[in-house]
Amino acid sequence: MTIVYEDRGDEATSDVPVNRIRFTINGQKMVAEIEPRLLLSHLIRRGLGLTGTHMGCDTTNCGACTVLVDGRPVKSCTMLAVQADGHAIETVEGLSGPSELHPLQEGFKAEHGLQCGFCTPGMMMAAKALLTENPSPTEEDVRWALSGNLCRCTGYQNIVKSVLWAADKLRSQS
Amino acid sequence: MYPSRFRYEAPRSIAEAISLLHEGGDEAKVLAGGQSLVPLMKLRFASPELIVDINNLPGLDYHQEDPDGTIRIGALCRHVDLERSALLKSKQPVMAAAAPLIADPIVRNRGTLVGSLCHADPQGDWASVVTALGGHVIARGPDGKRAIPMTEFVTGPFQNALAPDEIAVEAVIPAPKGTLAGGYLKLERRVGDFATVGVAAAIETSGEVVTRAGIALTGVGGSTISATEAGQSLAGRPLTAESIADAADLAAAAARPRTDHRGSAEYKRHMVRTFVVRILSRADGSVERAA
Repeated sequence: MTIVYEDRGDEATSDVPVNRIRFTINGQKMVAEIEPRLLLSHLIRRGLGLTGTHMGCDTTNCGACTVLVDGRPVKSCTMLAVQADGHAIETVEGLSGPSELHPLQEGFKAEHGLQCGFCTPGMMMAAKALLTENPSPTEEDVRWALSGNLCRCTGYQNIVKSVLWAADKLRSQS
Repeated sequence: MYPSRFRYEAPRSIAEAISLLHEGGDEAKVLAGGQSLVPLMKLRFASPELIVDINNLPGLDYHQEDPDGTIRIGALCRHVDLERSALLKSKQPVMAAAAPLIADPIVRNRGTLVGSLCHADPQGDWASVVTALGGHVIARGPDGKRAIPMTEFVTGPFQNALAPDEIAVEAVIPAPKGTLAGGYLKLERRVGDFATVGVAAAIETSGEVVTRAGIALTGVGGSTISATEAGQSLAGRPLTAESIADAADLAAAAARPRTDHRGSAEYKRHMVRTFVVRILSRADGSVERAA
């Protein structure tokens, strides 16, 4: 995996600190050599080419970049990639199988849980963590769990419905 | 946005962390939850040369109660742990009220209480809560441990009393001497925004009489404000609508709000008064509700 930086000529290449990390991304084991100032969101998007994780505000507000770190939702723009060492990262690409959508993805489709779609990956990852912990959430539980994720299109109504749809589906499968 | 370039170390012991900080001096910074530090570094408000990540230090993720009722919160205890804590729900109503109001649920998964105290943001919620509860911070450095009272820990906006080679390892909330009541109320424009106004109030009562009261204010001054006179005015007498109104006036007078996009100074001061009345009126069911 390669990450290319612009050479501004102000620092010798040998002065750039590089750390080696091992982590898993969507179940796959990885090794990366990175500069410690690289953010987890950049490692995912640029290093791994997984552009499903979106960067919206880049200031810890919007939650579009939410991924799961050891199962817990984290804003990947606010964690250093080097801190992923030894941890399991899950992104929206890890939700579906080769031919099937995840119930959350089905739910967003069935209930029109997206318009522009920019916030959707973050919403789904936050929702996944909720449904893992609480398979039968109330509407209030869903709103609470998604309160760190901003959507500027939907007014949230259909997002909440989508997550409740997915919860029903997941319960009926188990 | 990228932080500027830094060297990264993730020590496995506190001793190693302290020696790294000692070596780094003023240019070294401790990284715990990173929910304040990483944004500051991305905005280049902070550009440390050395980051000492303490997330791999063992045994700091606790929050627990001593046999005498003292509550201790380790440096790696996340907001989410406090939000879900059965201990706080049963023993510590002020902290239990504040925990779900910190930032947003995703930030709470990583951010820490002790980190929030160290960050010393005038709009940080935990500093007010720990101040109202009369808590202190345990710092460890090359010369050992010391306890720093919360009222002395925050020395200004984004400034704390730690030496460059000290790590805040624990926050300590002393055991209440009587029955503890109180809470934390926060006005915010939306979930995750900084507090427009926040008020923490803690009341210890013995029988009808208030034995100790602490009130502290978030977001209405250049740093966390301890409304000491408001707290003292409550002590030694029963909690009544009148004593609550007196304390609320004193707390409002202690506020130093500024008009900004979150509201006018007058409005913020008014909300301080309202929140003190609300928290204290609910502190004891027998009291006439003043709000």
